[in-house]
Amino acid sequence: MAKEELIETEGKVIEALPNAMFRVELENGHRVLAHVSGKMRMNFIRILPGDKVKLELSPYDLSRGRITFRVKA
Amino acid sequence: MIPIKSEEDLKMLKKSGKILFKIMHRLKKFIRAGVSTIEIDRLAEKLIKDENVISAFKGYNGFPANICTSVNEEVVHGIPGQKMLKDGDIISLDAGINYKGYLSDVAITLPVGRIDSKLQKLIEVTRNALSQGIKQARINNHLSDISYAIQTYVESQGFSVVRQFVGHGIGYNLHEDPQIPNFGLPHQGEVLKKGMVLAIEPMVNMGTWECKILDNGWTAVTKDGFPSAHFEHTVAITEAGPEILTN
Repeated sequence: MAKEELIETEGKVIEALPNAMFRVELENGHRVLAHVSGKMRMNFIRILPGDKVKLELSPYDLSRGRITFRVKA
Repeated sequence: MIPIKSEEDLKMLKKSGKILFKIMHRLKKFIRAGVSTIEIDRLAEKLIKDENVISAFKGYNGFPANICTSVNEEVVHGIPGQKMLKDGDIISLDAGINYKGYLSDVAITLPVGRIDSKLQKLIEVTRNALSQGIKQARINNHLSDISYAIQTYVESQGFSVVRQFVGHGIGYNLHEDPQIPNFGLPHQGEVLKKGMVLAIEPMVNMGTWECKILDNGWTAVTKDGFPSAHFEHTVAITEAGPEILTN
């Protein structure tokens, strides 16, 4: 099974956008547009602005990411 | 740090690879127009059970099936379902097993019925790219020598290499260090040593190298809709050169 080449980071959700997209601010100040991973959607995990989340970013497009985990606050 | 396997481990990994190869060989014979991808998965499940091994994919990060079935523009991680194969399609089968704690991983791309010559070329080039990569898996080469060989060969044939997904170390786990991209500059990265076990898997697209992931969170497809092929072997680095374990 091929492994995905990814950078894992953490960030804070700033804004909720339509279609389960969120604007997330990373620790370095960059803002990325992120969607919720299918696995989280399947398990009905809700994300709200203010949540701290783990993200995966592709090195080929650093402005978009995938939220893979909501860190318990 | 890339894990180094002992002689004992390598023997067990070879057994694991042999069993997986046998299973893949049987799956290969089953592929024809009219078969649905879920039927292929069911056969894989039966074969895996008959061999007294465990699927390495089922449940891995929530993956729902025993194998990946990726058709045409699907690059990797296609989930078996109701999709029916038709004449002219190409399908990539990716399977992995756990034999007594030793993991092996293999993938092949097959034509369904009669396919056009460009698709045939795509499959051949991808298969050859894997050979080119394996040839570089020798002691004292650098990790990226494998990547460089694959990229230069594939691009010389007019196709592109997928960047988003990579090969990987394997052995006690399905995905271990290192990540093995299918592109890069030569003589970079760790020096290869005896006892390393790598799953080398070139993924080659007919059109653009860019991929996107579908809403199911798993399946990657080419951004331009053109087809993609994939071949993989689990390879051990020995004093006598690279040894394909999935054989």
